[in-house]
Amino acid sequence: MNQTVSHRDTETQRLLNFSVSLWQKRFLFWLLPLSFLLIFFFFPLSRILILTFDASTFTLENLRIAINALGFTFYQATLSTLLTLLLGLPAAYLFARYDFRGKSLLRALIAVPFMLPTVVVAAGFNALLGPRGLLHTLFPVASLPFIGTLTAILVAHVFYNATIIIRVVGNTLSGLDPKMEQAARSLGANPFRVWWNVVLPLLRPSLFAASLLVFLFDFTSFGVILLLGASRFSTLEVEIYLRVLKLPNIPLAALLSIVQLVCTLAFSILYTRFTSRIFSYTPRSAKSNIRKPKTIREKVFVITFCLLLSAFFILPLSALPFRSLFRLEADRGQRNEIQPGFTTDYYTELFVNRRGSVFYVPPIEATFNSLGYASATVALSLLLGFPAAFALAKPTRLEKILDPLIMLPLGSSTVMLGLGFIISYGAWLTSPFLVPVAHTLVALPFVIRTLQPAIASIPQRLRQAASSLGASPFQVWKTIDLPILRRATLAAGTFAFTISLGEFGATLLISRPEYPTIPVAIERFLSQPGGLNYGQAMAMATILMTLTTLSILLIEKLRLPGAGEF
Amino acid sequence: MLEVRNLFKSYDGKPLLKDISFQVGVGKTVCLLGASGSGKSTLLKIVAGLESPDSGSVLFDGHDLANTPPHLRDFGLVFQDYALFPHLDVYDNVAFGLKMRRMNQDEIAQRVANSLEMVNLTEFEKRQVTDLSGGEQQRIALARALAPRPRLLMFDEPLGALDRTLREDLLNELRKILHQTQIPAIYVTHDQEEAFAIADRLLILHDGIIVREGHPADVWSNPGSAFVARFLGLGNVMEGKAIGNKKVETAFGTFRIDCVHTHQKGDKVHVLVRPLTRVERSEPLGEGRRNAVNLIQGIVTDILFQQERFKVTLDNGLYFYLSESPKIGEKIAVQVKVECLT
Repeated sequence: MNQTVSHRDTETQRLLNFSVSLWQKRFLFWLLPLSFLLIFFFFPLSRILILTFDASTFTLENLRIAINALGFTFYQATLSTLLTLLLGLPAAYLFARYDFRGKSLLRALIAVPFMLPTVVVAAGFNALLGPRGLLHTLFPVASLPFIGTLTAILVAHVFYNATIIIRVVGNTLSGLDPKMEQAARSLGANPFRVWWNVVLPLLRPSLFAASLLVFLFDFTSFGVILLLGASRFSTLEVEIYLRVLKLPNIPLAALLSIVQLVCTLAFSILYTRFTSRIFSYTPRSAKSNIRKPKTIREKVFVITFCLLLSAFFILPLSALPFRSLFRLEADRGQRNEIQPGFTTDYYTELFVNRRGSVFYVPPIEATFNSLGYASATVALSLLLGFPAAFALAKPTRLEKILDPLIMLPLGSSTVMLGLGFIISYGAWLTSPFLVPVAHTLVALPFVIRTLQPAIASIPQRLRQAASSLGASPFQVWKTIDLPILRRATLAAGTFAFTISLGEFGATLLISRPEYPTIPVAIERFLSQPGGLNYGQAMAMATILMTLTTLSILLIEKLRLPGAGEF
Repeated sequence: MLEVRNLFKSYDGKPLLKDISFQVGVGKTVCLLGASGSGKSTLLKIVAGLESPDSGSVLFDGHDLANTPPHLRDFGLVFQDYALFPHLDVYDNVAFGLKMRRMNQDEIAQRVANSLEMVNLTEFEKRQVTDLSGGEQQRIALARALAPRPRLLMFDEPLGALDRTLREDLLNELRKILHQTQIPAIYVTHDQEEAFAIADRLLILHDGIIVREGHPADVWSNPGSAFVARFLGLGNVMEGKAIGNKKVETAFGTFRIDCVHTHQKGDKVHVLVRPLTRVERSEPLGEGRRNAVNLIQGIVTDILFQQERFKVTLDNGLYFYLSESPKIGEKIAVQVKVECLT
């Protein structure tokens, strides 16, 4: 009897599994992710393109605004990149060549801002240097205006991106064979010549690549410019946002989006070229050339720079929770007496649905909204990311074509994604479901790039062995791939979660007023007058920072099995 | 019984397997011997159902398996790099195939214990596979393949990653297990010692063609072609020209050959001079022996001590196994038997 049952199983399974050819299988893998991208990325993009090439778009006024925005975008990105190099290069040298106590902690600390949402960083600098910030309220005489200056934007960009220079250039530097410098010295080069003629040329590809990446991030920066520039500065992204929500001119917004997309694509291609050259150019050595500082000069350099870096990276991030728990001035309009000191008011106020406040709901709902959106983003991006990552892990000619297409949303601005949604699916904007869709577009490339190498690292023989032992394709996936990929899946999911929590540009454009997310709520609080609103912005930003930091720690832990850098 | 009929397979337009046919009888071990790139692993994958042939068929007990996916073929597979599941312990690795067949827990435990006993690793159930040595891992891989009692076992260079002594031990155990269980097997290797030790039937694969098939002893005594003789390292292979029936002229002299077929005058003939059989060390040619038949002479250029014998290489490139060592530079002559290969 058993025999007949298993035979029937055999028949159905045969029909289910084996009738599909390789191409049909590939098609099944791509069906979901490609349809998703077509509907939510390429179709809106085509709508933006069509709008852009409308004759009415190219008015003198529109062109003037576009050229100004483009000019300022280049200007601030170039300045930011140069300043980032100024801080990042000595720091890279410090980490690549010297061993000192607390080194890995400091390096981890510098890496934290990179993953933090822009609103948190903006709120952090606001808490430290803003008009209601620590410095200003404690030393009213000494402080200069900060918010609304170009300095604020530049400082925040350096804060964000210094870790890129430190990691990329530092990695090359620490892997450089010390014998080459020794050889140069023995051939008569002084320390400066060694650097100028030997080390720097070897670092050049990674230096260019890192700078370009920093430039790209500065070029597409949105939250920092909007929140710290206080609407006084318009990059392309900010201008798109303004032309969608504040001074509606959708054709201009479309034109700006396309200019932005073309620029970022060009930079991305350049970047890929440089990175492919890093490894072939640099002779590497397994021998470590990291040592403790010995001479006085080295010690002074290490100590000063450590202090400088610690101050720069710790102060804004600690000012934020501090400011959210301490009242430093009267909450104008809401209270009469000044009671400077410790308070939990800003947090308790989040639970109150105050008439006349910025929201129609208790602000804490933004946290629940964010968590809900983030969970939906995790589910959706894993559902779409898994099949795509499987196909990309064993690429055929088809995947070589599809890979850059899948990664394209990474190079496009989030504000543009929001604009595309408004143009294409304006009617659906009343429902909250477009927000996780937008977040998934941003998170999907990260999810795929996290899963893909993990899937590729599973030897095909394991699957063949399982298959020869009687496992059907689905059983192979369930018993082999999934358990081995648990780590990578969790890391990819956390990535999606973190990205969704902090996503600002697209959300600002498409989220409903009654379903704000944490970043949107912070923006609204910051744009309102009054100490209570400011305090609540600080409280919200602190919550977001805590959630994100926990996620980052989880990702780091998942990435480095066993002993990590921490 | 497994039957492979007229298999063709090409990769990127290059033919890899050209018209392969063979059978594996009940309880028999067929060994596919070939250099790397000869297509033997691909052939194995086609039998396993992991790849499909361009044309031709694989049958088991008369049923065509073209539409049977690998997991329903019930063919066990053992890889060179073991392919143990790193996320499962020894027990779960061996139990994997049984769980796929939805056996009950008791029977699974029983079978796992049985299989581990067969490979002499009874106490290993709870160990992590990543903690095991190469030899132990390969035994677990073997136990895993044996546990579901497949109707055919396939081995893809299973001992290739192990060192020599371990290889011999495992080969003996494997032979014993295959004999005990009477599971028919296909064994793929490039190592002829392994092949001769385990095969009931030997298939030599070259450029996608089976160039020689037969019982190991037959193949040994009658290689049938210059390629097989060279590949198996049977001795000195030389090319010559027939100058009459059973007489061949080569660069090393004119020989009288043992041969069943008849050669026309002027035919190209390959001959084999075995280094061991009927070789007698002779004194250098004196006047009276100039016309002696099948005598090869040369100056000793190299002597290699190989336990019970000396491998002696002459200045003409030929080598022989002698029981006593001559001196380097000495001129010697050896009496040889010459076999015809074509």
